[in-house]
Amino acid sequence: MEAVVDELPVILGAFWLTVKLTVVSGLISLVWGIALAAMRVSPLPVLRGAGALYVNVLRNTPLTLIIVFCGLGLGTVMDVQFSDDLSLNSFWLSIIGLSAYTSAFVCEVVRAGINTVPLGQAEAARAIGLTFLQTLRLVILPQAVRTVIAPLGSLLNALVKNTTVAAAIGVMEAALRMKNLFDAHGDAIIPIFLGFAAGFVVLTLPLNLLSGRLARRLAVVR
Amino acid sequence: MTERGATVLYDVPGPRARLRNNALTLAFGVVLLLVAYFVWTKFDEKGQWKGELWQPFLRADTWTELILPGLLNTLVAAALAAVLALLFGAVFGIARLSDHRWVRIPAAVVVEAFRAVPVLMLIFFAQYGGSLAGLVVTEFTAVVFGLTVYNGSVLAEIVRAGILAVPRGQAEAGYAIGLRKNQVMRLILLPQAVTAMMPAIVSQLVVLLKDTALGFVVAYADLLNAGARVVPANYANLIPSVIVIAAVYIAINLALGYLAAWLERRSRRSRKVTADPAAAERAGGEVAFVR
Repeated sequence: MEAVVDELPVILGAFWLTVKLTVVSGLISLVWGIALAAMRVSPLPVLRGAGALYVNVLRNTPLTLIIVFCGLGLGTVMDVQFSDDLSLNSFWLSIIGLSAYTSAFVCEVVRAGINTVPLGQAEAARAIGLTFLQTLRLVILPQAVRTVIAPLGSLLNALVKNTTVAAAIGVMEAALRMKNLFDAHGDAIIPIFLGFAAGFVVLTLPLNLLSGRLARRLAVVR
Repeated sequence: MTERGATVLYDVPGPRARLRNNALTLAFGVVLLLVAYFVWTKFDEKGQWKGELWQPFLRADTWTELILPGLLNTLVAAALAAVLALLFGAVFGIARLSDHRWVRIPAAVVVEAFRAVPVLMLIFFAQYGGSLAGLVVTEFTAVVFGLTVYNGSVLAEIVRAGILAVPRGQAEAGYAIGLRKNQVMRLILLPQAVTAMMPAIVSQLVVLLKDTALGFVVAYADLLNAGARVVPANYANLIPSVIVIAAVYIAINLALGYLAAWLERRSRRSRKVTADPAAAERAGGEVAFVR
């Protein structure tokens, strides 16, 4: 217990990095995932094909492989530099990997949300003379957004845990910091583990409750 | 989505829309080709398409000596962890539905706790905690432990949701003909729940297979280790090697994905099962299909 109290600033620092990884890659994957979903539901076969290819490749590749590709492949071999600071550089490289991977899942969630809107809704909207943008804005998106909230919540939850994979390229987030503390305090392994586990519960539990409550409140009755 | 039919977003295109779509197809096709060309030249500048970097993959010994042993280790870890996780999931999924509070509550705590902790942390904990307890924990054991408890907890939720989705009449009929609690669970509820949730179970096993790659972090000699450490150490071809390994992972996972889709179609056709997977999902709340 003492070790946890002594190292509290270090532990909080590691979780701050976890939060930063989650927020930045979460926002990027939301935007990029919606763009991919737009490609996959567009009437143009080229865009549908490109979107499907991206999603199937990224979804079926292990996240660890993607992050290693970003860190060693892009970072070392291709010499992609975001910053002279080594740790900041691997932070951004792991952001690329996390966003590339998560956006494939966001795309599928958003696409499923659009597809759950019954065809009759769109036909009725067209029949009363709404234009494409009006149909989208007034009829389809309000229903799609509501069905998408709960799955997006569990994606965000998964993303919080997935940020630990950045440890593969040496980003000092919670999991790698926990391993370092294990090395430093060999006698306090269980308290340190429980401390870090509690940290993840604190991060994920409110997300779960919030997305569950929002999804129930906004549910569309069909 | 069919090629010509109306979708929720678009009506069947008329002559003008077809013309516009063709023009847009051309424009976006050019843009996508430009993006691909840009990526290609960037890699070409660093000499990543040079023959000697790719040539090792045409030789049999690269595969038999370096890559296939890694693939074998990945599959062994995944298979063992899958079996253990299914057991864990069945036991804890049923325990959470127990009539006894002293069984139900600890089971719920275990499942919720392990679901909240990242797999990588569980792997580290197995390594350090095991040696603290005086056990010799190999990388293999640590990876299998982490994968088992995390995916087992997710599977427990899937099993529980599946059992809850079996209509109540099934259990009542079982009790009416004099079956015991354990017989009702074993003979009536569990078989139907597992059949109904089979697609979700297979999806979770795909997640488990993908997560074996976390073994890379603790230097378990898996497929990713072969592709990102062993092969590049011999031929200095990290990018080609990682791309080839990714193709292997994608092939395996797509095959499992098709299996899941086939199982789903089959269970939808089957009249033996009364549980409806969609209802199961609602009953179980969030059943995570993603990692």
